[in-house]
Amino acid sequence: MPRRFSEQDKNMIQADWIWGLVGGLMIGTAAAIFLLGNGRIMGASGIIGGLVDRSGLGNWAERVAFLAALVVVPALMLPLFSVEVSTNVTSNLAIVIAGGLLVGIGTRLANGCTSGHGVCGISRFSLRGIVATVFYLLAGGIAMVLFRHVLGVI
Amino acid sequence: MQRIVIAALSGGLFGAGLLVSGMTDTTKVQGWLDVFGAWDPTLAFVLGGAILPMLVAWHMTTKRAVSLAGTPFPNRPDPRLGHNLVIGSVLFGAGWGLVGLCPGPAIASLSWGGTGGIVFILAMIGGMLVAQPIRLQIDRLAAA
Repeated sequence: MPRRFSEQDKNMIQADWIWGLVGGLMIGTAAAIFLLGNGRIMGASGIIGGLVDRSGLGNWAERVAFLAALVVVPALMLPLFSVEVSTNVTSNLAIVIAGGLLVGIGTRLANGCTSGHGVCGISRFSLRGIVATVFYLLAGGIAMVLFRHVLGVI
Repeated sequence: MQRIVIAALSGGLFGAGLLVSGMTDTTKVQGWLDVFGAWDPTLAFVLGGAILPMLVAWHMTTKRAVSLAGTPFPNRPDPRLGHNLVIGSVLFGAGWGLVGLCPGPAIASLSWGGTGGIVFILAMIGGMLVAQPIRLQIDRLAAA
């Protein structure tokens, strides 16, 4: 059932687009710093996965520094927000576990996620990045149809 | 040391951008994927905004021999697509839709994501641990 937006809702949504663009520019600049500074692709699943499966222990300190700052900096920014910041993750832990497993397996099989294939891959016109992005967007859309609109579990 | 400082700068700015853009809020991500519901186009602005600085950065890598740290820039990836790229992306997209989190925002929201956020990260790490045996199995089936 499509939700109808009030005028105020519409203004808020458009403000969200601008914040999305600003945040996106920050994300892309972060990726540019990692590429030009360290010669590395800023892919979140690759940086985590290399520590998890020990394939990236050769530059573990760089990975740990990246992840530590990724946790600490947004935490320090929370007081700047006038509304309570929430991830709104579902309370259904079975869904959370299934989703986490799929994201972990899928990103390692595909060698990348939204940051590696999406941000860093598309911007260098990599066919692999573009194909990966098309398939994870399609799968995400189909998951919404199936699990929200057909089964009603999310 | 320089590499570690640059990595921390990049990770910190990445986290700040994820928070500012709204991508740590699963309702915004699921809103984008939910084309048949109350569709939310914010994610397109985020991805578009993120690609712009990287277009410049990739162009700059063609003008320089090495990175600031003296390391070579990443080679162009193997142009062959392969079944694992497609299978993996489909599995990832399904999990992304189910919960509304991908790896970056899951880590960025660790401090306020609560139990659900921590359980998601642990399950994701578990998935990463079993990915290699699954990859070998898929390759064996594909070769058969």
